[in-house]
Amino acid sequence: MKGFQETASSEKTPFWLDPRKRAILFQLMTFAVVGLLAYYLTSNTLINLKKQSIATGFGFLQKESAFEIGESLIPYSAANTYARALLVGALNTIKVAFIGVVITIILGAIIGVARLSTNWLLSKLAAIYIEVMQDIPILLQLFFWYAIFYETLPSPREAISPGAGIFLSNRGVAFTVPQAHPAHLYMFLALMSGCVMVYLIRRWARKRQERTGKIFPTFRVGIAIIFGLPFLTWLAFGAPLGMNVPKLGGFNFEGGLTVSPEFIALLLGLVLYTAAFVAEVVRAGIQSVSKGQREAAMSIGLRPVPVLNLVILPQALRVIVPPLTSQMLNLTKNSSLAVAIGYPDFVSVANTTINQTGQSIEGVAIIMTVYLFFSLSTSAFMNWYNKRVALVER
Amino acid sequence: MKQAVPAGELKPPVTHIGIIGWAKTNLFDGVFNSILTLVTLFFLWKVVPPLFRWAFLDSAWHTTGQACREAAGACWSIISINYRFILFGFYPYEEQWRPLLAMLILFGLLFYSRNREHWKKSLAYAWIIGLFTMGLLMTGGILGLPPVESTQWGGLPLTLLLAVFGLTAAYPLGVMLALGRRSRMTGVKVLCVLYIELIRGVPLISLLFMSSIIFPLFLPEGVTFNKILRAQVAIILFTAAYIAEVIRGGLQGMARGQYEAAESMGLNYYQTMRLVILPQALKIVIPPTVSILISAFKDTSLVVIIALFDLLKTTQSVLSNPEWMGFSREAYVFVAILYFLGCFSMSNYSRRLEKELSKGD
Repeated sequence: MKGFQETASSEKTPFWLDPRKRAILFQLMTFAVVGLLAYYLTSNTLINLKKQSIATGFGFLQKESAFEIGESLIPYSAANTYARALLVGALNTIKVAFIGVVITIILGAIIGVARLSTNWLLSKLAAIYIEVMQDIPILLQLFFWYAIFYETLPSPREAISPGAGIFLSNRGVAFTVPQAHPAHLYMFLALMSGCVMVYLIRRWARKRQERTGKIFPTFRVGIAIIFGLPFLTWLAFGAPLGMNVPKLGGFNFEGGLTVSPEFIALLLGLVLYTAAFVAEVVRAGIQSVSKGQREAAMSIGLRPVPVLNLVILPQALRVIVPPLTSQMLNLTKNSSLAVAIGYPDFVSVANTTINQTGQSIEGVAIIMTVYLFFSLSTSAFMNWYNKRVALVER
Repeated sequence: MKQAVPAGELKPPVTHIGIIGWAKTNLFDGVFNSILTLVTLFFLWKVVPPLFRWAFLDSAWHTTGQACREAAGACWSIISINYRFILFGFYPYEEQWRPLLAMLILFGLLFYSRNREHWKKSLAYAWIIGLFTMGLLMTGGILGLPPVESTQWGGLPLTLLLAVFGLTAAYPLGVMLALGRRSRMTGVKVLCVLYIELIRGVPLISLLFMSSIIFPLFLPEGVTFNKILRAQVAIILFTAAYIAEVIRGGLQGMARGQYEAAESMGLNYYQTMRLVILPQALKIVIPPTVSILISAFKDTSLVVIIALFDLLKTTQSVLSNPEWMGFSREAYVFVAILYFLGCFSMSNYSRRLEKELSKGD
């Protein structure tokens, strides 16, 4: 009986009507099409490469680069390899992205809060800022800021000094920085250990509060430790006060810390543009917390700061973090537009490499891999963070 | 009989109504807010009058570059003298009415499509005919119109072309990718996820590089695409991934019951999607789709980097002319205003649509 039924049903449904078999067939067809396309493109490419006698592979990375890079975080000269040149570019990208992200979040939060302010004037100004900045392409903004630097600011000889020790000219901005001193290294170490200490204290304070209900003034103590430790270290080294003031020498400033106009234009453009989007994210996040939450918190007697810290922010952050992550990634990806204004970021260096070696496929592959790495690692970190702040339901 | 004497109507105190009352509640509400208002006003007073002076009073509107250098304010002459080149690039001077007409058709269609009551099948045909006419006007070659090589296209028409065709072609691709990502077939799903995540993880500029230097290697010898088409393909591939993610959001927003109801009526997958799911899902995601359109419009400016003569590049080539060197601010402000008008009207429209769509619920 059973066998009969099986044969009957398999007779009734031919394989193209059986959803499961049809799915397998459909997938095989998809893979075949994609595979054939890939094969076609690869074989064309190989033939073309052979005709133009371009060697494939990443061997070129070990050759001498023979080009200079304007600014670098690590020692570099034209005699170094392409691999090192690309590393310099990647570090420059990380530099501008990191500084950009930090400033953008602060500025975006301020503008987002200003947008929600009861002050009509401030709120309208913030709204205008957000709308205008979002509606102008970032590349145009970069060109604009770069042009401002190049056309409006005077030469280093007639540099403008908006504040003590800062000089603005078309060669960039020169800052006065403290004279290099061994104390700085120890101050940095003190700062780091201070951060670790504050983290441990916070954990301990939270546990104690859960056990006994006693509240430890974590915030004030934390601020004292983070700022106090480096200050004490500085005093212990005899409070070195030497300043490295930029001085005009030849055609440019010497000494101090000079930041190139390309870097500033890129940073300014990225920050002002992305901050508008972050402001919208922050506004939406704060508005997503219903009024009743604040009122409930007030009515059980919490003071304004704990209301913000314990009730509003944890809920708003849950809404803010995912879109904020994608804005931060956008900033990182948009930093690749540096190539248009001549800041030696990763894409710019890779572009020079491609032009010099003709290894276009490898070059573009490297660009894509590096940005994928940036994106995926950032989103992995943010997913982890998101899971931590996510709503835990019963 | 004592007549009731009407008491004089008591008006609310002056400080609570009118301008004073408004200012009191909105600007000088408490010490902190008052300080904030004063600081903002001071800032505006410092910035706005000089800016106004620069832009309108001391500015030169229609002179030579030499005269501009002597003027204290903005040099709008760079626009008023060169606007034809900025807007149309290297398109033959006598034929520039053609891209202008094409753009007018596009604006007309966009304006007509604003109203949701006009969203019928006839509108789709109108768009197809309209896009075809625009292409014909740009290329020429028939009806006595002299042919114009696409290498001569430039300026605003090129920007609009890249944006409009980019989105039109990316949309169906995005729908397919979104459906693929939600598919039960693991193989298809993996392919779609890989594509979407790969594209979303890299900057558009790397795809544009790919289109300009690697694409020619992919093709058999003798077959060449022009540069605009290659950039267009890169923009389509890029935009499709973002559209796919937006549409996936819409698909996820569909209640399970919708799928089950369609299945229980005996509809197969394609019928379910075409008749039940997609019409609803695509409607939910219209507002985010418009914001994708806005960013696609802005992103077309990136083709400057691979040396296509879009609006931004024509502006830059005017700036490289020695006569107009040094007036970047004015030129860029003009281009920024054009982009702003385009994006602002789109985002305004999207907000209006969002309100209209949420009214029905």
